[in-house]
Amino acid sequence: MIQGIPLEHFLIVSTIMFFIGVCGFIIRRNLITMLMAIELILNSVNINFVVFNRYLYPDQLQGQFFSLFVVGIAAAEASVAIALIINIYRNMKNIEVENVNEMKY
Amino acid sequence: MTGYTYTIFIILIPLVMFLVTGLLGMKWKPIVSGILGTIGMGIAWTLSLITAGSYFFGTHGAEGFQAIIPFEIKWLQFTETLIIKMGILLDPISVMMLVVVTTISFMVHIYSLGYMKGEGGFARFYSFLSLFTFAMLGLVIATNIFQMYIFWELVGVSSFLLIGFYYQKPSAVAAAKKAFIVTRFADLGFLIGILILSFVTGTFDFAKLTEPGTTIFASAASMSFMGISAMTWAMTLMFIGGAGKSAMFPLHIWLPDAMEGPTPVSALIHAATMVVAGVFLVARMFPVIHFQAPATQEIIAYVGGFTSLFAAVIAITQYDIKRILAFSTLSQLGYMMLSLGVSGYGGEEGLGYMASMFHLFTHAMFKALLFLGAGSIIHAVHSNLMQDMGGLRKYLPITHITFLIACLAISGIPPFAGFFSKDEILVAALEHNKLLFAVEYIVAGLTAFYMFRLYFGVFWGKDQHYHHTPHESPMTMAIPLMFLAFMSIFSGFLPFHNLITSDKMGFETHTDLMVAIPSVLIGVLGIAMAWILYKKESVVPAKMAKSWGILYTATYNKFYFDEIYLFVTRKIIFNYISRPIAWFDRHIIDAFMVGIGLVTEKVSYQIKGMQSGQLQHYAFAFVAGTLAIALSMIYLLM
Repeated sequence: MIQGIPLEHFLIVSTIMFFIGVCGFIIRRNLITMLMAIELILNSVNINFVVFNRYLYPDQLQGQFFSLFVVGIAAAEASVAIALIINIYRNMKNIEVENVNEMKY
Repeated sequence: MTGYTYTIFIILIPLVMFLVTGLLGMKWKPIVSGILGTIGMGIAWTLSLITAGSYFFGTHGAEGFQAIIPFEIKWLQFTETLIIKMGILLDPISVMMLVVVTTISFMVHIYSLGYMKGEGGFARFYSFLSLFTFAMLGLVIATNIFQMYIFWELVGVSSFLLIGFYYQKPSAVAAAKKAFIVTRFADLGFLIGILILSFVTGTFDFAKLTEPGTTIFASAASMSFMGISAMTWAMTLMFIGGAGKSAMFPLHIWLPDAMEGPTPVSALIHAATMVVAGVFLVARMFPVIHFQAPATQEIIAYVGGFTSLFAAVIAITQYDIKRILAFSTLSQLGYMMLSLGVSGYGGEEGLGYMASMFHLFTHAMFKALLFLGAGSIIHAVHSNLMQDMGGLRKYLPITHITFLIACLAISGIPPFAGFFSKDEILVAALEHNKLLFAVEYIVAGLTAFYMFRLYFGVFWGKDQHYHHTPHESPMTMAIPLMFLAFMSIFSGFLPFHNLITSDKMGFETHTDLMVAIPSVLIGVLGIAMAWILYKKESVVPAKMAKSWGILYTATYNKFYFDEIYLFVTRKIIFNYISRPIAWFDRHIIDAFMVGIGLVTEKVSYQIKGMQSGQLQHYAFAFVAGTLAIALSMIYLLM
């Protein structure tokens, strides 16, 4: 399925995705958007897992399974994060990340 | 040898009594604790007598009295060779000490039922007495030197508790502290001595140390420190421990002050049992000292001789009757030490050893009697001072007679007990050291003089104005007096030379008339002097005191030894050693630690703004840091 596409292309895509995620996490003010940025980071890693698995050990499936685990964990993490965000919204009436600074010194 | 396993109860009963009366005593009427303690002590006393009877008069082989260990457990095992055991060792001196300790302790228990009646802390008093008895018994039956050390310290603690029994009284608290600190200081020497000894020999056991012809000291010969052999160091240090407990000069200062405790305590601890622990230690280690460290034995002899003279001189000038007795105890302990110091080993050579143990035994009896008699007098007159007493023979007939017996016994008048033991000591001293013999001979006269000065001053002379007529003590106090008077008369006839000897073999002694007659004469002379000076109120003693002038004042103030110690500790050690060290501690060590704390606090205060609470700042720092590390790794690895 990925014959003819060199490894570097996948890696470039995943790297771009990773840094979009990092930038989104650092720049965006909205907590939901930040959560989406985290999903981007995780998925870029997933791509790497699958691709390396395919290129290095074509007759094995560990990398693919690992990416499935990551998806599962990401789903769980998203549900927890959204629950937190809902609570933050109830307390602060918005979900701007600058307002969540109760834990400073 | 399993016939003596019951001896374990002799020490366990006082321990149980201590726990029971100590923990539950507050819930009961006070007298219950007293009676319980007394009954327990009575059982222990009976068991001790049975032990002594079957040990000394049962069958024993031609080798004399062998040491028996009926019970022993491994208590702590550190390495293959470093094992600390707990057990019971029965040999002539420990069996004799069992009898002495339980007898005196039992008598004091009975006596205190009357003497301490109505005092606050009656149950506490009895629990401490039991603790002390337990510790002392544990000390005498110790199978090894470490067990002895443990009980030695326990004895020190219980002595501290009992001296400070009247803890509301500042002088009692000060005396308790003084006794504890001085003996503790001496015990440091004991501990170092033990460590050296066990390092050299690799054992703690008395049985191995005192075995004749043993080879465990072979390695000691090559060791020395500052030109003195290792064994001499070890034994001298151990003797310092013994000298502290037995209040030998110059560590004697605590004993007179220890009289702040209740009088029965003085009788038990500071006359008959605890203070002879030092003598007992020297006797226990005697073969080692005699063969491995003859220099130490010389020291022991001279320290003992000097102490006996020194204390006897002070005793003449004192007025507090308990203090007179305290100095007399010092003097007699000096006799015992000296006797060990001049003794040889084996057969007739070991006369001094036997005489020392003999004197220990008889002294315990008559000195406990003297103290209990003094307690009876104090009970009647409510004062310790001789000036407040006089003409008491009419009011206190039993006390008077028993006190007189004890005075005669300590003065060495035949046929009372003190004569026989003191005579043996003088014979032993004469054979080995003429100078010490002369000293002891003079001390015998002084002893008779100060004892009868006390006796005449208290029981004769003119009546003082008593607030209420002095009355004879109750039976609980009179019975111990009578029993001990009986012992003071007859214990001199015990065949010690067959029973307790340096090599466990009996030998024959004979009263040497060349020594006995002069010693009796000087005793009589002392009594006669006291008779002339103190029987009737007279101005002669005061005049004599005046004519002696500065000498009298110095003696009256105990040669200013307390003041010297205070000067040395307060003015010199505190000012020139303790204070600089305290300054160093406060300004260098503490300051360093405080500085670390201060710097940490200041720095964290400065950088705490970095923890802004903004999640994205953290994330940025994290990513930036990761990138920086990743890039530097790549740069380094390329």
